Amino acid sequence: MFAPGPWPAVPLMSDVPFDAASPPPQRVLVLFAHPALEKSRVNRVLIEGVDAIDGVTFHDLYEAYPDFDVDVEREQALLLEHDIIVLQHPFYWYSTPALVKQWEDLVLEHGWAYGHAGHALHGKRLMSAITTGGSRSAYQEGGHNRYPIAELLRPIEQTARLCGMRYLPPFIVYGTLAMTPEQARAHASDYRALLSALTHGQLEPGAED
Amino acid sequence: MHGQGFFFQAFVYLAAAVIAVPLAKRLGLGSVLGYLIAGMAIGPFGLGLIGEEGQDVMHFAEFGVVMMLFLIGLELQPALLWRMRGPILGMGGLQVLLSTTLIAGIGAFAGLVWNEAIAVGLILALSSTAIVLQTLAEKGLINTDGGQSAFAVLLFQDIAVIPMLAVLPLLAVGPSASAAEHGEHGGTLVDGLPAWGQTLSVLLAVVAIVIGGRYLIRPVFRFIAHTRQAEIFTAAGLLLVIGIALLMTQVGLSPALGTFLAGVVLAESEYRHELEADIEPFKGLLLGVFFIAVGASVDFALIAAEPGSIGAIVGTLIAVKLLVLLGIGRLFRMGQDQNLLFSFSLAQGGEFAFVLFSFAAQQGVLDTSTTQRLVAAVAISMAATPLLMLLNEKLLQPRLGTRERESRSADVIEEQNPVIIAGFGRVGGIVGRFLTANGISATVLEFDSDHVEVLRKLGLKVFYGDASRIDLLRAAGAEHAKVMLLAIDDHDKIMQMVETIRAQFPNLKLLVRARGRLEAYALIEEGIDHVYRETFETSLRMGVDALEALGTRAHRAHRAAQRFRRHDEASLLALAGMQHDRNQYITAAREHMQLLESTLVQDLEERGEGGDDGWDAESLRQDLGDEP
Repeated sequence: MFAPGPWPAVPLMSDVPFDAASPPPQRVLVLFAHPALEKSRVNRVLIEGVDAIDGVTFHDLYEAYPDFDVDVEREQALLLEHDIIVLQHPFYWYSTPALVKQWEDLVLEHGWAYGHAGHALHGKRLMSAITTGGSRSAYQEGGHNRYPIAELLRPIEQTARLCGMRYLPPFIVYGTLAMTPEQARAHASDYRALLSALTHGQLEPGAED
Repeated sequence: MHGQGFFFQAFVYLAAAVIAVPLAKRLGLGSVLGYLIAGMAIGPFGLGLIGEEGQDVMHFAEFGVVMMLFLIGLELQPALLWRMRGPILGMGGLQVLLSTTLIAGIGAFAGLVWNEAIAVGLILALSSTAIVLQTLAEKGLINTDGGQSAFAVLLFQDIAVIPMLAVLPLLAVGPSASAAEHGEHGGTLVDGLPAWGQTLSVLLAVVAIVIGGRYLIRPVFRFIAHTRQAEIFTAAGLLLVIGIALLMTQVGLSPALGTFLAGVVLAESEYRHELEADIEPFKGLLLGVFFIAVGASVDFALIAAEPGSIGAIVGTLIAVKLLVLLGIGRLFRMGQDQNLLFSFSLAQGGEFAFVLFSFAAQQGVLDTSTTQRLVAAVAISMAATPLLMLLNEKLLQPRLGTRERESRSADVIEEQNPVIIAGFGRVGGIVGRFLTANGISATVLEFDSDHVEVLRKLGLKVFYGDASRIDLLRAAGAEHAKVMLLAIDDHDKIMQMVETIRAQFPNLKLLVRARGRLEAYALIEEGIDHVYRETFETSLRMGVDALEALGTRAHRAHRAAQRFRRHDEASLLALAGMQHDRNQYITAAREHMQLLESTLVQDLEERGEGGDDGWDAESLRQDLGDEP
């Protein structure tokens, strides 16, 4: 269904043929959650330059809501203004940092995001962008973590489905514990390219591979 | 016996009360019965310590009833009174109508002439406000359905007394016994006026009370409160009640009704709790004296002479009223237990009967031998009321099994907010607004009368009063509240209040304001768990914002503040008690401060930055290096 693993290299913006037939531009919202960015080695690099990409809004949740007092109206408005939501965070305990859970609980209201009258997010896309300490081999049957990431991300996938959103294949950076700064910068470059491709409507660049 | 003067009389009354009431309460009979028994004991037919002057004392002590109605009015806001109009008119009207008709019918059957029968019916339809309300309040039953209904009926009866006084003279067929001397109601200012003039003066008096209560009394009280002389405030309260009673008597209205009205008008004023606390002891004592006088007035000689006929009157009176009340309770769909409470509490003659019978005799409506028997019967029925209610409570109610003590959630009479706030300044004001915003109503007490005025203008329900007074706290509902916030400025007063409140109202959880560390220490030493230094949280927030301005991540600054708060509060607890020895305190405080700072800095340095090790991957990374 979707390819677990890091995104393969995507064509650079300049390589993308840009003609009348190309899909309409997409607005991308990066919801970034890291409770202790000052300790981060990889995420800090990943987010560099993200907000400079045309069509991308970068939203730092822990900076906006240090005391977890999520502004539901503001968050919902942000979601409505964008077509693709990217949930970027380190993979803590096979899940998101706590604030993302708080954000989900408060923002994805019944009657707004789901339920009979809840159609606000219908047709939008959700994508996870996560970093894991463990290597790719740890995330498989028989590995240290026993399940592939795709399985562990099921709760988020189903959350997207329930809200009528398409869940895109995740962007995963494995093995951050043993990562060199050069490797991190390479991943960051991939990530920026991916975000840029998303703004151009290339929704599943991985599938073209 | 009667010449010994005022002190002897006072001694006899007080001694009888002090002996009989605690005994009666011990036996579970209630204070009203205790007073009545005390009265019988010292009356002309008991020890003979008081004689005929008992009647005069009763007239004087009726003023206790007037004060009681004033206090009831104070607790009954106009909106609530308006909401009760249905029960008052419906139940009250029906009760007076049916009881009058039935009693008059029985009277006619027993050989009274029709006009006599009607007079007796009217007079006996009334119940005793004093005994019923006092007994209900003592048992904590005022706020039940039955209690509220009983109150509604009593209120209607108090109003009905006025037309009765007008109708009774019309029932006279023979020549008036002493037309010139009107006794109780003689010599009023309006006697010479024509009927329309009398009506007009009554209306004027009522309007004067309403307007005066609204616009005149409050500024006067504010002026008096400014002097901060507690006894002058009490005097002003008494003056108000007595003045209204006088005015009412002059225009021929019931003083109890007038003061009740004044009470209702003042129920929304900021002086309500202070007035309650001031009048309450006078009311209590006067009511006690009144009950003693009722007990003393029971004519045992007459009863002994005609036990059969008087017994029959008492039995019929109670039975008829009981049946009428039970029927009304059924009609108004009261629960069975509430209906029994309602009916048993109101099944007696009232204190107005004493007045009205003597008035009727003067007017020549009834002859003296009839009224003497009826007065004796009324006194016995009043004395029997606490017993009847006890019978209902101990024998009938347990069989029903369904005892709903407080069936109404809305408190019509008593203030029962869960929170009391003492002091509505910088601290109390914010807490109060926060609680209100969350749907919690708080009773607020503030000692600065100017401040109270401003807050009132802003539409806040703030009461004037010195929150360190136990009686005022009681009037503000301290016995039922759950939480009390001490937010006044004066630390010495807070310390004093903490002590008394914990002794008097152990049910209250105390949340106490402290200006700084030293005040906090004193409160912690006193054993208060919830102490709030007023500037602490704000200072910490400034610190957080400063960190952020310097580039620290918001969440990290937030966590740093949480950590700092925890450490600082722990050191506050640890240092409490040491502040008395200056040297020891300074040494310990410095150690704590250094420890606190070094811990926080260590948190920063040891694990890189921040101290939240759960989010730190360093040890994991090292672990990974060890793995094969």
